[in-house]
Amino acid sequence: MTDASVPQNVAPPPAEVADVELYHAHSWITKYVFSQDAKVIAIQYAGTAITVGILALVLSWVIRLQLAFPGAIPFIDASVYYQSVTMHGMIMVVYMLTAIFLGGFGNYLIPLMVGARDMVFPYVNMLSFWVYLIATLVLVSSYFFPGGPTGAGWTLYPPQSILTGTPGHEYGIILMLVSLILFIVGFTMGGLNYVVTVLQARTRGMTLMRMPLTVWGIFAAAVMALLAFPGLFVACLMLLLDRTLGTSFFMPSLVELGERKDYVGGSPILFQHLFWFFGHPEVYIVALPAFGVVSDLISVHARKNIFGYRMMVWAIIAIGVLGMVVWGHHMYISGMDPWFGFFFAVTTLAIAVPTALKVYNWVLTLWHADIHFTTPMLFALGFLVTFVNGGITGLYLGNVIVDVPLSATLFVVAHFHMVMGIAPVLVIFGAIYHWYPKITGRMMDERLGKIHFWITFLGAYAIFFPMHYLGVLGMPRRFYEMGETAFVPASAATLNIVITVIALAVGFAQSIFFYNLFKSLKHGAPAGGNPWRAASLEWQTPETPPGHGNWGKQLPVVYRWPYAYSVPGAPEDYLPQNAPPVRGERSP
Amino acid sequence: MSVMGLFFVFIATVAVMWLVRQGVLESPWLEEGEVAHYRRAGGAEPPTAGRVGLAVFLAVAGCLFSLLAAAFFMRGDAPDWQMPPIPGVLWVNTFLLAASSVALQVAVFAARRANAERVKTALLVGAVTAALFLIGQIWAWRELLELRFFASSNAANAFFYLLTGVHALHLIGGLVALARTTDKVRGAERITKALTTSVELCAIYWHFLQFVWLLMFAMLIGWADGFGAICRRLLS
Repeated sequence: MTDASVPQNVAPPPAEVADVELYHAHSWITKYVFSQDAKVIAIQYAGTAITVGILALVLSWVIRLQLAFPGAIPFIDASVYYQSVTMHGMIMVVYMLTAIFLGGFGNYLIPLMVGARDMVFPYVNMLSFWVYLIATLVLVSSYFFPGGPTGAGWTLYPPQSILTGTPGHEYGIILMLVSLILFIVGFTMGGLNYVVTVLQARTRGMTLMRMPLTVWGIFAAAVMALLAFPGLFVACLMLLLDRTLGTSFFMPSLVELGERKDYVGGSPILFQHLFWFFGHPEVYIVALPAFGVVSDLISVHARKNIFGYRMMVWAIIAIGVLGMVVWGHHMYISGMDPWFGFFFAVTTLAIAVPTALKVYNWVLTLWHADIHFTTPMLFALGFLVTFVNGGITGLYLGNVIVDVPLSATLFVVAHFHMVMGIAPVLVIFGAIYHWYPKITGRMMDERLGKIHFWITFLGAYAIFFPMHYLGVLGMPRRFYEMGETAFVPASAATLNIVITVIALAVGFAQSIFFYNLFKSLKHGAPAGGNPWRAASLEWQTPETPPGHGNWGKQLPVVYRWPYAYSVPGAPEDYLPQNAPPVRGERSP
Repeated sequence: MSVMGLFFVFIATVAVMWLVRQGVLESPWLEEGEVAHYRRAGGAEPPTAGRVGLAVFLAVAGCLFSLLAAAFFMRGDAPDWQMPPIPGVLWVNTFLLAASSVALQVAVFAARRANAERVKTALLVGAVTAALFLIGQIWAWRELLELRFFASSNAANAFFYLLTGVHALHLIGGLVALARTTDKVRGAERITKALTTSVELCAIYWHFLQFVWLLMFAMLIGWADGFGAICRRLLS
């Protein structure tokens, strides 16, 4: 049943997709440790990311304890506080969120969803993980060096980041920069794989416009990351040279403790440009995969095709393009030409258009749908609410005149935690509950999952929602101690205590998730191949969990898009992407 | 930052053209069936994964070098900026790298005609001239250091070492790939298609590095100052 609109002069793809020569592991070590199988690498990536993520969670408790009970906990002094802030931010943004979305979900889902046997460069893929692991170890090792990790803040702004007043100026900052450089090298290896696999290894019939939105999201994010990470790379390399060789790329002439430093004429603003050239796309590197995953979760669990698939794809591309040219909005208070401020404000606000389009499409997908309130669906809905909330405060902050007074307050903390902290983390949880049956062959416990969802979702709101209010009051962020401050009422301190208590509780409640994760490995109900009755390709593998090479003898052939749900007249209410068309069948 | 602007316009144009050709304008929900929309002209061979991988990598490396150039121009506005004298050996180096690039292109032509002997010679010439280029770069560094132009004494010196250093690292990486290719060619009885492809990939990478070097050299000897001035006028 060929499409009549295909021009006659177009050569059809070959009937047999050329099989990739697969690497075959011979020992336990090459199968599970130095593995070249994308699925194993995915688990390794995700496991490492979640492990450092737990460290970041503990660090956030340190921050919260100090804010609620200043000076009450003996080991938290100003240095420890700033080190915790720095490491919490850097780990969460780079080592956890980027790594788990692209390295974890990217590795697992891309080959399965596009019908490939593996990534196109499996050896490079393996290297990518090991370099990432080394980068993580270098970062964490800074705790064991004299002076501890750097306390420069996750933005590492010079000149303060390499001056002696900042904690960790001896080894911490060097290890941080080396670790980031390693991370970027490792990521580039992985990123090449994700992009080229999507471009080259799609199975027969899998056109770009038949890819699930998850793949679109991860693909666009990988492209953005490949173009944005060089910014951080250059910034780190030059800052490292300033610190070690005494060059003056970023360091202006300055006097420190009465002593004139050798630095001359460097430009701290240059660092900010390079850093945010990476830093802002980073937000979308995290958000785009989350957008993609949420689209799939909503469509599967609401048994309805995604509303406006084409618009969703275009929106992803538009966000990707616009996301590269808005970095200046992080630098409003650094001072800039008013025309630059105008340009960056306009591009920033323009991103709201494709983003809002996506939100409308998710809502319209849910409209009149057969919604199943499974755990993944709850997390997807939680994401929607949180993301809209964080996005709207983003519109405030995108305006220069609103940003300037709010920039140094907790309002910004509330904004970015909502939009790129809580929202993507909810998606990660939803995605784990959703794909866990494919990865392990067993279901996670639904009841525990729902308890976990409600505690996490309501808890996260209880933590971050009041921070907007504190921010509008003028409560500054980054401060170790408030001291006597007339404009902050006593009730703000009480609110801080409440937030901290909830943060501790929500943090501990994550153990429910880990208990569920490990218990279900052995005791979960057997899932079968396709427990959610999903149409996309990863659920149609001959084995569950998928074996090495994913597809048995023959690669699947794709006949339709991945959102054929509630199809009238179909034997079940969905049509898998690889089910041959039946005569007279109509798309929904 | 205008350098980045130019680079992005280029990348975006390529990406949009490609996306349109790949059919992002279509409506997948209306289309069923096995064969959908391959817009490739009949008969043309699809690019290999290696080729696409290299193209993507060149985009990443291009981004890296554009950012370095942008930083160079932005930092160059400061009053303390003082370019070091350019060692004469760099002219020889430029010639060596060009020769290396040409040699690899000769290797590609020879590989297409399955002339194994000539491929081997050309690859060897390419590798040796590239290695000589690297030695020449070290020579230039030593010359500057002997004249006491240290990285810490002026940011312009630091940029000189940084740019040439990053470029040299890329070339060293390329030499590793070239060594592997040469090894494969020497072990092979005849030039297969896969071998031709890997010789081609090396050549493309070499041309890219040659191109980057020419721009970089122009920046270092000050031919690009006019460009910086134009950017400033555009932005102010």
